[in-house]
Amino acid sequence: MMLEATVKMSNKEKFLSHYGMIDFSHDKESFVEKRRAAEKALKGLEFPTSKTEYWKYTRINKLIRESYQLGPADVDSDIDLSVPTKNCLVFVNGYYTDELSWTEAEAGIDFMPLSEAKEKSDKLKGSFDSLTKKEEIFSMINTAYHQDGAYLHLKKGKAAESVYYIVNISAGNQPMSNPRNFIYLEEGSSAKVVMKHISANEGNSFTNQLSEIFVEKNANLEINKLQSENDDAYQISNDEVSQEGSSQFKMNTISLGGGLLRNNLNLDLNGEHIESWMNGLSLLHGKQHVDHHTLIHHREPNCVSHELYKTIADDASTGVFNGKVFVHPIAQKTNAYQSNANMVLTDDASIYSKPELEIYADDVKCSHGSTTGQMDEEAIFYLRSRGIGKKKARAVLLNAFLTDLVEQIGVEHLREEVQSVIDKKYSGVK
Amino acid sequence: MENQKKNMASEEELLEEITSSEYKYGFVTNIESDKAPKGLSEEIVRFISAKKNEPEWLLEYRLKSLKIWEQMTEPEWAHLKYPKPDFQDLHYYSAPKKKKELESLDEVDPELLETFEKLGISLDEQKRLTGVAVDAVIDSVSVKTTFKEKLGELGIIFCSFSEAVQEHPELVRKYLGTVVPASDNFYAALNSAVFTDGSFCYIPKGVRCPMELSTYFRINEANTGQFERTLVVADEDSYVSYLEGCTAPMRDENQLHAAVVELIALDRAEIKYSTIQNWYPGSKEGKGGIYNFVTKRGLCMEDSKISWTQVETGSAVTWKYPGCVLKGDRSIGEFYSVAVTANHQQADTGSKMLHVGKNTKSTIISKGISAGQANNSYRGLVKINKHATNSRNFTQCDSLLMGNKCGAHTFPYIEVDNSSSQVEHEATTSKIGEDQIFYCKQRGMDEETAINLIVNGYCKEVLNQLPMEFAVEAQKLLEISLEGSVG
Repeated sequence: MMLEATVKMSNKEKFLSHYGMIDFSHDKESFVEKRRAAEKALKGLEFPTSKTEYWKYTRINKLIRESYQLGPADVDSDIDLSVPTKNCLVFVNGYYTDELSWTEAEAGIDFMPLSEAKEKSDKLKGSFDSLTKKEEIFSMINTAYHQDGAYLHLKKGKAAESVYYIVNISAGNQPMSNPRNFIYLEEGSSAKVVMKHISANEGNSFTNQLSEIFVEKNANLEINKLQSENDDAYQISNDEVSQEGSSQFKMNTISLGGGLLRNNLNLDLNGEHIESWMNGLSLLHGKQHVDHHTLIHHREPNCVSHELYKTIADDASTGVFNGKVFVHPIAQKTNAYQSNANMVLTDDASIYSKPELEIYADDVKCSHGSTTGQMDEEAIFYLRSRGIGKKKARAVLLNAFLTDLVEQIGVEHLREEVQSVIDKKYSGVK
Repeated sequence: MENQKKNMASEEELLEEITSSEYKYGFVTNIESDKAPKGLSEEIVRFISAKKNEPEWLLEYRLKSLKIWEQMTEPEWAHLKYPKPDFQDLHYYSAPKKKKELESLDEVDPELLETFEKLGISLDEQKRLTGVAVDAVIDSVSVKTTFKEKLGELGIIFCSFSEAVQEHPELVRKYLGTVVPASDNFYAALNSAVFTDGSFCYIPKGVRCPMELSTYFRINEANTGQFERTLVVADEDSYVSYLEGCTAPMRDENQLHAAVVELIALDRAEIKYSTIQNWYPGSKEGKGGIYNFVTKRGLCMEDSKISWTQVETGSAVTWKYPGCVLKGDRSIGEFYSVAVTANHQQADTGSKMLHVGKNTKSTIISKGISAGQANNSYRGLVKINKHATNSRNFTQCDSLLMGNKCGAHTFPYIEVDNSSSQVEHEATTSKIGEDQIFYCKQRGMDEETAINLIVNGYCKEVLNQLPMEFAVEAQKLLEISLEGSVG
């Protein structure tokens, strides 16, 4: 008995013990099975260490050593979410919060919490958990222990009129959440989605987000993910996207706040004539650490993918980019472009960039570029010689550096919001 | 008339090479060798050390390296697939039978001379042609060194590694393992424990080496791992250009080659290190071929420069990342590479540039060509340390694909830790444009010639960096390597 008490738990066991008390009995049987399978898979998985290549630049020790609280928390009902839309689902610590959410139904579009969809949706039943990576520990934690999330389903040919917002709020003391989203666009439909992550608290929180995204033939989806939590927040995010022929998909990841952010974006191009965009804009300060990993599988011929990630690293922050383009042998006439541009503003900031190409087809055009540098003193001089102050000159240049990414945001209100953050952040830059 | 005939002849020659295109250096010289029993253990290391009559400190260094190696595991991270060598099933020492010290070429084994002639590097030819001194290595033991006296006058030491251990132990001891420590990686540790021979070169202060130094390596004995150790030290204000070229005979079993090359450029020195690697790449079906797992690194002190140039066409599996540690302020590192993989060859190669000193500069130009079922990867690291202010790196890696079963991959690591440095990296992957081929054909070239022309143009940036005599050889090598890979 004594022995049992003194046995030291591994980090993983300790971390997973958080979930011991949760009751998921309200889930339908088929979903509970998925949870059990994921729990089983977790037994064979370990947290990445400094020796795990995929996590080379991101240490998660501090993240997994914290102890967290699970459960909903109260959030002021007049909290300003800055969401001018007809459809918005709000989740606090991963739990759906009805009093903060509002929806206005559009014909042919289902937008509801995942917990509700589990009761109603056949689509969900058929495709849930089909894109998750069974060897990725955080995906499996999410599958096993997710609380709730958003479900968005567009029927064939339906073009959404409203922008769909999914807001995740961390609140209370040391909260931990596992939000799980499911987005399905049927043939020829189109939609714009905004995912917003914000904090209503101080101090640590951990969000382990996972989204499964299906874009069928000729469908068109744009997702904007805005990460602006407090600077002690941790977030790991896995977005799994499956695209069919002639579809279009765009993901804009905007990282403004958060202590440690890790975004894994995986695209599978399963048809011909697909077009994909992956964009990332990170404005880092303090001790922030933002790590973007993207992987795109070109599985069929004649597809085009664009990737543009930009980071401005100030103070003692760290920006990581690892993008991989994988061109399968039959994916001839692939056109893939990957670009990563970074600006380092101080000597304490670091940039790690690893743009990768893995190509098994010969008739392709694949290229990538990565640059890391600082503001062009000559350009500053040019502006100053025309009577523009030093601060203003720098702000102009930083703005110019980011402008092509800001323009990628297809939701006007969000674009303005991001632009105002940029203006505010760099108007007084040294 | 005479000239025309000559041209005709060389054309025919080329044609024959192209049509046969079998590995043309595939022959075995029959020299009885003095072999150590198979396997690796402390006894074997002691055996090698005793055989070479080495001082105590070197034996200790070897034993320490062996201990380190025993604790390491073979790296798996490279983008390569090959059956792992059985390290206990290799001979770690083999030397051509010791003859008495040789004074002139007449005393060299005629069979050896013939080998050199087949390789096109006959020693007497070399001896007469000024400008190139050859230290020929056959299965790890230096047989003949030329031009030694001439170099000696300038104070330049250019000799086999074992000779250097005997005659200049203080220099060897001072620099050995300072750039590539035994603990660096699995193969470096293995090499440090069992290296048999190699080349040593020391250029004294302020001396500009008047000729290109070159070594020809040749793996000769079946089932013998080749563990070369090269150490080049350029003292302050000196300059040296070092050439290394390789060919190996045809074998069915894979042969392991794990060399270590260390370059040290002291203040204001410059080292230019050029390699042509043409080891047996295995048969068309992917059988046999050399495993080439090499650690090459240079250390640059203040205002110095190290430049690596390589043309890699051989080996079944290549694992090689020549790098520079830019330790001194204002030092410069360069890497120019053409790597060709055809049939079932695999290469995982690239460069490492570590910027430590201020105002350091590095350039990486890597050209990969894949044909057949080959896989060619570029893996590079550019690291700018926090205190390496105002540093600059430019990296360009281009891949050319020929045929739809090959692969070309790029894995660059870029790490920047300060705000005054600039790092650029760009990579492209494409195939030879139909329009380019069409253009050439329209002007009367056949497809083969057109492709050779285009490939040569593609590699020109790198070939231009090679010393003249190598550039010609390299160009021919590229043509032969890629023959028949388009269709």
